[in-house]
Amino acid sequence: MALTEEDIFAKVNEALQDALGVDEDEVTEEATLVGDLGAESIDFLDIVFKLEKAFDINIPREELSPEDILTNSQYVQDGTVTAEGLAELERRMPWANLDNFKADPKVQNFGNLLTVGDLCRYVATKVNA
Amino acid sequence: MRWFWVDRFTEFVSGSHAAGIKNVCLDAEVVDEYCPGYPMLPPTLIIEGMAQLGGIMVAEAFEFDKRVVLAKVGKAKFLRPALNGDTLQYHVQLDALQDNGGTVTCTSHCDGELQAEIELMFAFLEDGTIVEGPLYDPDDLKAMLQIMKFFVVAIDKDGNRFPKYAKLESED
Repeated sequence: MALTEEDIFAKVNEALQDALGVDEDEVTEEATLVGDLGAESIDFLDIVFKLEKAFDINIPREELSPEDILTNSQYVQDGTVTAEGLAELERRMPWANLDNFKADPKVQNFGNLLTVGDLCRYVATKVNA
Repeated sequence: MRWFWVDRFTEFVSGSHAAGIKNVCLDAEVVDEYCPGYPMLPPTLIIEGMAQLGGIMVAEAFEFDKRVVLAKVGKAKFLRPALNGDTLQYHVQLDALQDNGGTVTCTSHCDGELQAEIELMFAFLEDGTIVEGPLYDPDDLKAMLQIMKFFVVAIDKDGNRFPKYAKLESED
């Protein structure tokens, strides 16, 4: 049976509370994982493990962290993701809202891109596939 | 002081779980001095003991070919102190493994009662991070595992007793 958006948000919320030590009401759809919830790089591994367990899914490393694109000279010039790179990111991450990143597509800004809502939409693509 | 916070493995099943014991001895300075007048094994060193069991559990799953470090202590709940004379029974369950880390859930029991519950996450250092090469000399790691009776109880991923690992064998 497909999970509803509310079901997914509740489980993602719980995973983020556990992984990041944040309060339930801090976890909103718009909250960014790094900027708003204080996630550090090592926390992403923890979040992945918790989501895999909570939803019984497999999350390949490159799906949430497309490092191969961000380190590829075909897609990055002078530290900025090119139009071709942005198109590739959109193709690979259709669940992510890239609007803010597109406004200033520096590679260093990518780390603060993901929101709780993005994470929920990503999980939905896995559990309701 | 030797940085051994598990005295002995009592069980090890590759990819599944491990168990070990830790005796709390008054002759250990850290037990005597951590809380003057009230000898106890510091909870942080119970976490360290779990991390040693869990770290070996995760490393063994990759035949000791990964540079495993304790990355995060998720939950750590202590229900009673570990006093001198106590024997702690540690149990570590491997929950998840990926090519960049793993998680375990650990318990410590004393006299049949739950003493602590701990969740740990391990990560693998990429080549060239912090130091080059293995984090431990293979001979030292093998000697530590022998002292802890790992090879006596271990069952590898193929179900074999007394396992051998190429990464722990000296090249010279």
